[in-house]
Amino acid sequence: MDTLLIHILNSLLYAAVLFLIAGGLSLIYGVMHIVNLAHGNLYAFGAFVAAWAVGLLVGGATPTPVLYLVLLAGPVAAAALGAVLEPTLLRPLYKRPEEYQLLITFGLLLILEDLMRLIWGPYPLSVSALFEGMGSLTIGESIYPTYNLAVIVVGALAAAGLWAFIYRTQFGVVLRATSQNMRMAQAMGVNVNRVYVQAFTLGCFMAGLGGAIVVPQQGAVLGMGVDALILAFVVVVIGGLGSLEGALVGALMVGVVRELGITFFPEVELAVLYLMAAVVLLIRPAGLFGRA
Amino acid sequence: MEEDARAVSLLQTTQLTKYFGDTHAVDHVDFTVTEGEVLALIGSNGAGKTTLINLISGLIPVDSGAIVFQGADITRDSIHEKIARGIARSFQLVNLFDQLTTLDNLALAIFSRDGKTRKLFSLSDADRAVRDEAVSVLEQFGLAAKAGMAAGGLSQGERKLLDVAVAYALKPKLLFLDEPTSGVSTREKAPIMDIITQVVRAGGITAVIVEHDMDVVFKYCPRIVAMHQGTILADGTPDEIRNNEQVTANLLGTQHHA
Amino acid sequence: MSPVPSGIRRPLAAAGPIVLVLAILPWVVEPYQTVLLSYGLVFAIAALGFNLLLGYTGLLSFGHSAYFGVGAYAVAFTVKYLKVGSMELLLLAGILASALVAAIFGLVCVRYTRIFFGILTLALSQVLWSLAFKFFWVTGGTDGLRVPTPTLLGVSMGAGQDKMAFLAHRYYYYVLVVFVAATAVMWVIVHSPFGKALEAIRDNETRAEFVGVQVWHYRWVAFLISGVFTGLAGALWVPLNGLTTPDILHWTFSGEIVFFTVLGGFKTFAGPIVGAVVFNYLKTFAVGYTVYWQMFLGVVLVTLVLALPTGIMGMVARLAQKWSQKWKRTLAP
Repeated sequence: MDTLLIHILNSLLYAAVLFLIAGGLSLIYGVMHIVNLAHGNLYAFGAFVAAWAVGLLVGGATPTPVLYLVLLAGPVAAAALGAVLEPTLLRPLYKRPEEYQLLITFGLLLILEDLMRLIWGPYPLSVSALFEGMGSLTIGESIYPTYNLAVIVVGALAAAGLWAFIYRTQFGVVLRATSQNMRMAQAMGVNVNRVYVQAFTLGCFMAGLGGAIVVPQQGAVLGMGVDALILAFVVVVIGGLGSLEGALVGALMVGVVRELGITFFPEVELAVLYLMAAVVLLIRPAGLFGRA
Repeated sequence: MEEDARAVSLLQTTQLTKYFGDTHAVDHVDFTVTEGEVLALIGSNGAGKTTLINLISGLIPVDSGAIVFQGADITRDSIHEKIARGIARSFQLVNLFDQLTTLDNLALAIFSRDGKTRKLFSLSDADRAVRDEAVSVLEQFGLAAKAGMAAGGLSQGERKLLDVAVAYALKPKLLFLDEPTSGVSTREKAPIMDIITQVVRAGGITAVIVEHDMDVVFKYCPRIVAMHQGTILADGTPDEIRNNEQVTANLLGTQHHA
Repeated sequence: MSPVPSGIRRPLAAAGPIVLVLAILPWVVEPYQTVLLSYGLVFAIAALGFNLLLGYTGLLSFGHSAYFGVGAYAVAFTVKYLKVGSMELLLLAGILASALVAAIFGLVCVRYTRIFFGILTLALSQVLWSLAFKFFWVTGGTDGLRVPTPTLLGVSMGAGQDKMAFLAHRYYYYVLVVFVAATAVMWVIVHSPFGKALEAIRDNETRAEFVGVQVWHYRWVAFLISGVFTGLAGALWVPLNGLTTPDILHWTFSGEIVFFTVLGGFKTFAGPIVGAVVFNYLKTFAVGYTVYWQMFLGVVLVTLVLALPTGIMGMVARLAQKWSQKWKRTLAP
């Protein structure tokens, strides 16, 4: 039974990180109708900044709790980057066919990939001290890293926080209004440009947060963004582009399938995920929670 | 002598219905079109005229009721099947192939009609027959001078004419024209309608024309069907319609001048 | 899109000198340059196939690496498991395999448009990538599969012959002939009534239905042809490269195909060809010049989208129009 618990925890762990990335992607699409192919690289950027910031400060053997907070440098940096990118690269293209966004964000992906290489070099950054610093729990006969539980908690908090933000705040109302009917919101006096940059920044913050919390466990590696993007796509396809509930459900489903896959059919695990996305697109193209 | 002057019914809808949510866009409509006639379909916005055409032409699915064309039930036919049977339509908001030339817009309709769009290995420009027919249609519609211009660059009046011409090029038996003069300046309306009605009559095509401009309607259409809130309010000659109280109350208002 | 030139005379007049130059190239430049250009021509065939969907049918596929890769792996498998050495048979294998995959993927993909089409094509190509990656005992995994030089029209390279010379001469001419043939075939296809139907679908899907063109059916055929051209390119590429790896199935390679088509200009026939050849030089230069070649290419792409969306050929067309107007003005009184 404890192996079952461990599988569940691993699925939740994976889902937590995926939700942050995919949720950000979905939020951006929901409000702005943009698919950002470079979104995965914002996740990676958050990971690198977090690892670098912690690396600057970590001294002794046992990391203090404050050090974990330094990880937040990742999402903050990703958000800042997003706030710069939206008005410069994306805003000029809103009036053009959406294919151009795919093209420009693909170019952005290439730039960011090498930007991270330029700044931090070709080798991975790791902050395993933070990972080990939390110790481990005994579950039945196995040991499970406490850090993983922390990640799950952060993911859950982020989901709850995001939900509250979007459904319980004034800003959330404006966000939802703009996403449902941009022209009407504009006619009612909403500064759509500002909402767009705010939504984009929030989406990048989420991606960066995903990168930051995963860094103690995996380190920051070049190429992690590109890999993450595809999985994020699978999640939003399943859950529905533009839906946060969909991102949550999709992330959970992908987390479970991946965990099962790694355990029982590792060769086709990735293929199964992509096929799952293709099947959902066939049966319900808008995704489980999406609107067409 | 009682000659069998019974007109041939080309199209017949029976209790045709379409709901959008709770609204009856088209509410149990019985509508008949006789072969060879030119009729106007009038009504205020939201009366159901365009929805009726969309149902008959196959753009949207029918909720209940039936559509019979030349004796065959076409209620569930696809757009392609209806085109093949000889039903064509033009669009209120112009629908053209903007990056193709005016000539190519027409040529495509002809290629499609003749089943030639399956041809991958012959050059479209080499087909003299299609090209000549396309040019002749353009001449009929007064667009020959603009043959080589991209459709996106034509004036609004020219675009409306081309929109109709493309449908006409399919050599349909029944042609639906959805507001062929909308968005066009007043002085252009009569010339456009002259061309359209001339072409339609010369081709023996049965036409249903949706129009808001009552001057155009009274001048060109011997039969007028008035719709209101999804049902047919009145159906008759221009005089009958003009004198129909319900119609004047609901539709004509004070904008009509004799 | 500029009006179609009536007849074949004008394009032949334009293409003739170019083909001539390409034909004498191996005699005037060093082998390395010829081989480099071979890669460019191979990618040009892939781009022609890709642009049938983008420029002519209005569908942006982010999964064309699938067909290139299938063509390449079909060649590799045919060599390794069926012990076939004839290039003609290998090309046939590549064409058949990519046709099959394109037919199946096409059935799935053409019911959707725009973003969903793009994502679906991407996801499906990633399925193939992950299979090539994971089933390493069949595909060679990341090490890939080596492919020895095949026989061209029955004639093999010859023992002791320099491979570079072979590639720069005999294989180059083989690629050139296939390239010219493929270009001619695609040219006819896009100027056929079928091609016009595709353009109509691109411009106005609804109206296309209403002139009797069954949209999804035509899209599927376009998808199939597109996949076959790209698969042919993949098959031609393998002996040139000597090796095939999962990289060419990865979606980032699909991105490159999109990139070079847009670079050349997807609204013209010749754009993709120009773009593929230029991109090949650009990338080779960038890779040799800096380790940050991805950033270099990324900047090029971003600049392209912001400043020059019609690509190189679009700019050429605009300049030509400006010059012809200036010329007409100086001629007119």
